[in-house]
Order: sequence, then structure tokens, then C-alpha cells
Amino acid sequence: MLTSVSEFIDNWGAEIWVSFLDTLIMVGISLTISVIIGLPLGVLLTLTGPGKALENRVIYQALNAIINILRSIPFIILLFFILPFTKFVVGTTIGVKGVIVPLVVFTAPYIARLMESSLLEVNRGIIEAYEAMGIKTRHIIWHVLIREARPSIVLGLTIATIGLIGATAMAGLVGAGGLGDLAYRYGHLRYQADIMYVTVIILIILVQAVQTIGNRVSAKLKKD
Amino acid sequence: MIEFKNITKVFKDNKRDVKALNDVSLKVEEGSIYGVIGYSGAGKSTLVRMANLLEKPTTGQVLFEGKDLTKLSSGKLNEVRRQMGMIFQSFNLLKTGTVYENIALPLKLTGVPSKEIKQRVHKYIEIVGLQDKLKAYPAQLSGGQKQRVAIARALAHEPKVLLCDEATSALDPDTTESILKLLSKINKELGITILLITHEMNVVQKICHEVAVMEMGEVIEQGSVIDVFSKPQTQTAQRFIQSLFNDAIPGDLLKKLKGTGKIASLSFIGESAGDPALAMVTKKFDVFPSILGGNITDLKERPFGRLIVHLDGSDEEAQKAIDFLKDSGVIVENYEKGNLTDAN
Ligand SMILES: Nc1ncnc2c1ncn2[C@@H]1O[C@H](COP(=O)(O)OP(=O)(O)O)[C@@H](O)[C@H]1O
Ligand SMILES: [Mg+2]
Repeated sequence: MLTSVSEFIDNWGAEIWVSFLDTLIMVGISLTISVIIGLPLGVLLTLTGPGKALENRVIYQALNAIINILRSIPFIILLFFILPFTKFVVGTTIGVKGVIVPLVVFTAPYIARLMESSLLEVNRGIIEAYEAMGIKTRHIIWHVLIREARPSIVLGLTIATIGLIGATAMAGLVGAGGLGDLAYRYGHLRYQADIMYVTVIILIILVQAVQTIGNRVSAKLKKD
Repeated sequence: MIEFKNITKVFKDNKRDVKALNDVSLKVEEGSIYGVIGYSGAGKSTLVRMANLLEKPTTGQVLFEGKDLTKLSSGKLNEVRRQMGMIFQSFNLLKTGTVYENIALPLKLTGVPSKEIKQRVHKYIEIVGLQDKLKAYPAQLSGGQKQRVAIARALAHEPKVLLCDEATSALDPDTTESILKLLSKINKELGITILLITHEMNVVQKICHEVAVMEMGEVIEQGSVIDVFSKPQTQTAQRFIQSLFNDAIPGDLLKKLKGTGKIASLSFIGESAGDPALAMVTKKFDVFPSILGGNITDLKERPFGRLIVHLDGSDEEAQKAIDFLKDSGVIVENYEKGNLTDAN
């Protein structure tokens, strides 16, 4: 038993480690870009909605429609569907670089929705109090709206990150690397079940860790 | 200081028009505490939110120190808003910030230098008496303490006016009392003009100088608190004053006394003595007064009393007695089923 474990590590340890890092890199990069796109979109959705400070039917409806359309496409289909777009943006459709584009297109609209619902939870009264103090709208957005929504935003990002880990695993199909790719190539195509199990266990631990950290950070930010 | 001129506000609510304010005109004088009272839905919040243009009038003008706010650019409007503090029924503090941060952040965002921010936070937290709570979060404070923080936050901008939207409505009577004392102190010692709205007459009674009564989007009565309390013109105003005394006479008793002289309500403010005048009545006229109910309460630190008196005797003698009471400075009205009518 012990020898077989050390044998397994000798044979596969390096490859699993590299795949694990690839997964982290893909998740990290796509999450960062998705937040940079999704958070402002969430703010825009919140502010242009009916009865809101910058009410604007055209922007609100257009954003709504685009987000709904993107969110109704399953990731695996999206991956192939936007290949030309991916090629146009990053010049390649394979590898880590090639998969970032579909991951962002998949995650940013999701984050926009999660941000919208977090921001809508913020009490209208507190925003009004800051308007009454003569504070500029952009300051209110950052220092009141986003600040007060932080605990909920963190939980939303936790959910998005976990979704992203799942999508990253699927991205193995376009040869992107990462844990999903490893499990698919060896576990599925070559029937090496032990690789599959180990990958699944690592993914489970990763998701658990992300959720636990997310819950802790959110609880720490929440003061009531 | 603040003047509303012929304000009308129409809300478009699901294609249906709601007229929240109808041709409202009011003038809040510098240094005064102006109370607007009315039942729920009367349009009070809409009115007070118009003072700093959180709500824009459909027609009419809002003047602050003579400037028409509806004509200002948003930058200029923000400057004016900083001269008007506002507090709310629901306090509206940052849940994620300490008491210190709640007061300091708005100052920082309005460009107050950081050294001065610190001074101001300490100065105003002391005025509201919460020096030892600077590190607490709102969730750790009682309702009254939260309102004190909100007041300190408003005062820290050193405003000329404080707008209060039902500031004590979420508080218990004792806490209400202490917040009202604080508002009164702010008015006296810092010279800040206060415009407050409420549905509770005791708030007006305790601290206001001027009062307007609102109903269905209109101001139906306004004047000095003394005038409106001693001589309410409208039924709504009478009902609000009635709520202070709780001296409604049972209907059975009224029926029994009908046709045996008059039942009158005698109000007297300050030292204008109701009791001695009533004693004189017995001597001078052929009537027997008996007191059915009565109460004395404070009106701006002067006693404000009301007696419901049955003047047993002929109508003629009773009327003479009433005229005599009026001459001695007592405010006399007929008392009918809790409503007052002019005693002539
Ligand atoms: N934003 C709004 N949209 C539609 N109707 C409103 C809005 N705000 C207030 N109203 C209506 O205006 C009337 C007056 O409301 P309000 O000023 O809040 O009264 P009060 O503060 O005296 O209870 C009510 O009929 C209310 O339903
Ligand atoms: Mg109201």
C-alpha cells in the first residue's frame, strides 16, 4: 500500500501539481477579469433599474437581455460557439490563453447578476442619507453601495469562483490543461481510474476551501 | 430660511397619478423649530424631502436663504445640501462602519481636512453624549443611540438647518423624550434651525415653536404652537390636541347633561389662571360649574391646561359665565362629542 502510494506520487505527482497550478492560474486570471467586467455591469444594472438614481430603460433592458442570453448558454457549448471570437481576441483557441476568453464570457455576466442582487440588498435609506449630505454619486457608489454590500459580494464571488472551477475543468476539452484536462485525458480516455479519483478529490478539497474562506471573510466583513 | 412656495408634487405610480402635495406654502424662520404634523400618507415626508431636493417639486419653488434650489446645478445643490443636516426614522447608518467611521466618512468625502475630521468627530460625539461608543458598530447600539450617532453625523457638517423625518417615531417614549431634549439643545446652543415632521402631537408640543397641520397633501392649518394649540381651527388639529389630553367625556354622561346648561372646554396657557376664574363664576352668576375632566401638560415649558366643565344653569346665565371667562383670558369652546366649536 505505502509503496503504491509513493509509486503513484513518483509517477504522477509532478503532473498533478502542474495541472493543479494551471487550474489555479486559469481560475485566478478569469476571475480577476470577470470581476473587472462584472462588478461595474452589476453597478450599472442596479443604478439604471426602474426607480433608481440613474434610471435608464434602454441601458437597463439591453444589459438585461445580453446577460440573460449569455447565461442561458451552457459552458461546454459556449466554449465552441465563440471560438472565432476567442481567436480574434487572443489569437489562439487552445491552451490556457485560449480558454480565458470563454471562461470570462461565461463568468462575467454571472458575476454581474450576483453583484446586482448584492447591491440591491443595500438599504435605500443609507444611500439617501448620503445624497442628503451632498456627496457625489461616484463616491456613494464606492463608499456606501459597494462597501455595505461587501459581505454579500464576497459570498457571490465565492459562488462564482466555484462555478468557475467547474467550468475550468471542462475547459480540458480544448486542451487547456488543468485538473479537468488531466482527469479527462488519463482517467477517461485511458481508463486510469486512480488519476480520475485523485483529481476529483483535489477538486472537492479546492471547492470546500474556497467556500470556507468565502464564508469566513464574509462573516468578518459583516458587522451585524 | 427655508421657504416652500406653492409646491405641488405628483407621483406617477403605475400610470396612476398620486398628488402627494397640493399647493403647499410654508416659511421656516431662521432659528426656529418648525413642526409639520399629519397622519400617515398626508405628504409630510414628501415635503421635508423637498427641502433638500431629495424630491423635486412638480411645480413651485423651494427657497433656501433666498436661493431657488430647483434652479441649481447638481454641484451647487450638493454644496447647499451640506448646509442642511438630515436625520431619519430608520437612522440610516453604515452597518459596516464604526460610530467613528460613520461620522468621519461623509466629512472625508466632502473634503474636510483629516486633522479637522478628528476634531469634529470628537466634538459632536460629545454633544450627543456617546464618547465611549466611538468604536462600536451600529448593531451594538440601541435605537436611541443610533439616532444620536445620526445626529452627530449631521451636526459634524456644521449645518444651518436640521431636517428630521419622523426622527423619534421608532423610539420608545423615554428615548423620544431624550432625543427631543437633544434637538432642543441643538437649536438653542448651536442656533440650528430645525424642520421636523411627525405624526405625534407630543413631539410638536415639547419642542416646536411653529406648527403646520397637513392633510391629504395640503397644509390645512399653520401658526405658532401656542395659537394652534389654544385655538385649533380644523377637526384634524383638534383631534391631534385631543390626543394629548385623553379627556373625552363618555357619551352617556353627555346625553344626561344635555339641556342643563352648557358644557365647555376651558383652555389656559401659562399663568392665565383657569381655576380662580372658575371660582369667581360661582359667585357672580347663577350657575354651578362641575369639572368633568381635565389635564395639565407642558407647552414649551409653560403649563397648558384644559378643563371640561359643565355649567349647570339656564342657557342665559351659562352664556354670561362663558363671556366672563373669556374676558379673564381663558379660551372657551363648546364641547360636543369630543369636538370643539366656537362658544358663541
Ligand atoms: N415615490 C413615490 N411614488 C409614488 N407615490 C408616492 C411616493 N412617495 C410618496 N408617495 C405617495 O404620496 C403620498 C404622501 O406620502 P408621504 O409623503 O410619504 O406621506 P407621510 O410621510 O405623511 O406619511 C402617499 O399617498 C404616498 O403613497
Ligand atoms: Mg413619512
